[in-house]
Amino acid sequence: MYTTELKDKNQKSAALSVADEDPEKLAAFEARVAADDFIEPKDWMPEAYRKTLIRQISQHAHSEIVGMLPEGNWITRAPNLRRKAILLAKVQDEGGHGLYLYAAAETLGISREEMIEALHSGRAKYSTIFNYPTLTWADIGAIGWLVDGAAIMNQVPLQRTSYGPYARAMVRICKEESFHQRQGYEIMCVLAAGTPEQKRMAQDALNRWWWPSLMMFGPPDDKSPNTAQSVRWRIKRETNDELRQKFVDVTVPQAEAIGLRVPDPALKWDEARGAYDFGDINWEEFYAVVRGEGATAKERIQARTSAWEDGAWVREAAATHASKRAMRLAAE
Amino acid sequence: MSKASSSEAVGPTNSSWPLWEVFVRAKNGLAHKHVGSVHAADERMAIEAARDVYTRRMEGVSLWVVPSSAIVASDPKETTELFEPAADKVYRHPTFYTIPEGVKNI
Amino acid sequence: MTEEDVVAENPILHHALRLGDDALILGQRLSEWCGHAPMLELDLALANIGLDLIGQATHFLNLASEIEGKGRDADALAFHRDVLDFRNCLLVEQPNGDFAQTIARQFLFSNWQELLMREIAAAPEPRLSAIGAKAVKEIAYHARFASEWVVRLGDGTDESRARLIAGLDWMWRFVDELFDPKDGAPSLRADWDARIARTLAEASLELPKPRRGIVGGRSGHHSEHLGHLLSEMQFLQRAYPGATW
Repeated sequence: MYTTELKDKNQKSAALSVADEDPEKLAAFEARVAADDFIEPKDWMPEAYRKTLIRQISQHAHSEIVGMLPEGNWITRAPNLRRKAILLAKVQDEGGHGLYLYAAAETLGISREEMIEALHSGRAKYSTIFNYPTLTWADIGAIGWLVDGAAIMNQVPLQRTSYGPYARAMVRICKEESFHQRQGYEIMCVLAAGTPEQKRMAQDALNRWWWPSLMMFGPPDDKSPNTAQSVRWRIKRETNDELRQKFVDVTVPQAEAIGLRVPDPALKWDEARGAYDFGDINWEEFYAVVRGEGATAKERIQARTSAWEDGAWVREAAATHASKRAMRLAAE
Repeated sequence: MSKASSSEAVGPTNSSWPLWEVFVRAKNGLAHKHVGSVHAADERMAIEAARDVYTRRMEGVSLWVVPSSAIVASDPKETTELFEPAADKVYRHPTFYTIPEGVKNI
Repeated sequence: MTEEDVVAENPILHHALRLGDDALILGQRLSEWCGHAPMLELDLALANIGLDLIGQATHFLNLASEIEGKGRDADALAFHRDVLDFRNCLLVEQPNGDFAQTIARQFLFSNWQELLMREIAAAPEPRLSAIGAKAVKEIAYHARFASEWVVRLGDGTDESRARLIAGLDWMWRFVDELFDPKDGAPSLRADWDARIARTLAEASLELPKPRRGIVGGRSGHHSEHLGHLLSEMQFLQRAYPGATW
C-alpha cells in the first residue's frame, strides 16, 4: 500500500533546496532524470533528492507495516478457511512490501533501525488511512477494494520512478498486489448480495472508508509544495489530484455494479469533462490524522513499538549466537 | 555457503542483524539474479528469510545469499573509463562484417 | 450412535479430523503473530508456516467431511463444532506466549508431525497419503526452522536461554499425549526423542525433566485455552448463522 508524501500542514521544509549543489553535476543529473534514465545507489545525486527519497520510501515502508495491523485485526476472525488463508497471505504480502521498501531506502544510507526508530518516535509519518479502525468483516473488503485500489493507482506509475532500487521494489510490489484489490472487491460483492445484515455491513464500510481513501492521494496540488520538484525528478509521476480523479472515475461504477451507494451527495457524472465531479474533501480531518489524531493512531504505534521492543531480546540472542559460533569456527 | 562469509557478516555482538543480498535462480538453466535483500543474523537464517520473502510465489529453485558487505562494486565515477572504451570495438560484433549476399550458415 | 462412536468406527475419519484439527488450531495460533513478530523477516516466516498449516487443515477437513457424508463441509467442521468435538492435541492450542514459547511449541510439534506425516504419506489409504505426501515437505521445513531457532535461543544470551527453558517447560506437559499408547503414536517416540535430544544438545540445553503428561485433547477434553481460541475464530459464523462469506 502507498502513502503520499505526508507532512503536517505547519511543518516547514517545503521544497528542499538544491542551491548548494554543484551546478554542473546538478545539470547532468537533471538531464539524466529527464531522459528517464535510472539513478542507482552509488551515483551522484543532489542531497535534496536523497532526503526526499528517504522520506518518501520510508513513509511508504512504514505504511505497509502499520497497514498490517488493521487487516491483521481480522485474520483470527476470518469467516471461513479460504478467507483466512487469503487474508493471512495478503497481510504477509504487506509485510514483504515493507521489507522491500526498507531495503530500497537502506541503499540511500539509512538503516532499518533508524527508520523504525523514526516511526516509533512519531518523527516519520505513515499513510493516514491506517489510523481508522476495522470494525466489521466488511472493512476487510473495503480496505482491499478501496485502499489497495488507491494504492495501485499510486504505485503503478512509481514502477518508472527515477531511483532504481525504488522502481524495482515497486515492480515486485505491483505484481504481488494484483490479487489484493480483487479479493477485497470479492468480499464486498458477496456481502452486498448477502443477508440484510451483511448488506448493511458493506454499505457502512463503504461510508466510512470512502473519504479516507480519497485522502490517501494527499493534499490538493495547490497545497502540495513538493509536487513540482518531485514530478520533475520522477519521484512522483502524476499529481495528487490527477490520481484522485482517476480513482473516483474507476471506483464509482464498481460500487454501482454491486448496488452500493457512494456516500457523496455531490457526486455527478460530468459529460463535458468525461469524469465524475465529487464533493469537497474534509482536509481538516486529513491534517488532524497526519498530526497523529486519528482514531487508532495510538493503538497502531503502540502495537508496532511493543512488537519491536518485545522482540529486542530475540534479535540480540540471534546476533549473540552468530558471533559465538563465528568465534568457535575461528578457533577450530 | 562458505565458512568465510559467516564471520564477516556477523560482526561484533549487537542486536542489529547484517544485510544480505539475495539472488534467485528462476529455473535450472538460468543464472541467479539479484532480487533484493534481507536482514539475518547468520547464513542459515539468511537463506530461510530469502526463501520466505522472495520465493513465496514459486519464483525460484535455488538461492544465493551474500553478505552485502562482501560485495565490491565499481565506482560510478569510473564508469567512463571502465565501460566507454568498449564502445568503439565494433569489430567484436557479428554485424560489423560484410558477407556476400546469398551466403548462408555463417 | 454418538458422534464419538462414528469417529471411533471409522479410522480414516478419525485420522482426518485429528490431523485437520491439529493443523487448524496451530495455524490459527501462528496467525495471531502476524504484524507483531520480533523482526519483519520473522513475520513472513511465521505467516508462511501458518499458511501451510491452514492449507493442511483445509485438505484434511475436506476429507473428513467427505467421509462423514453428513453435508458438513470443512468450514462447518472448523467453525461449527464446539470444544468437545475438536480432536487436536493439547500442545497446539497452547498460547503463543513469547517468541521462545512459540518456538518451543513449534519445535516439539513439527518434529512429531513430520514423523507422523512420513508414515501417513507411506500408508495404504490413498486419500490420506496424498495429503500427507504434500504436507511432509512443508513440515520438514517447519521442523528445521524451529530447531534452528531452538539452537539460537538456547545458545544465545542468558535471557533467551531462560525464556526458551521456560517455554519448553510450559509445553513439555503435553508431549506424552502425542505418544499415548491408547490414543497416540507410541511407535514414533524413539525417533522423536532422538531428534529432540540432538537439537537440545546442540543448544547446550538439558532435556526437560519427565513429568506427568496431561492428556485429553484427542477425546475433546481440552485446556481452557481452546474455548477462547474458538470463540474468536468462530465469531462470524456463530453471529450470522446461515450467511455465506
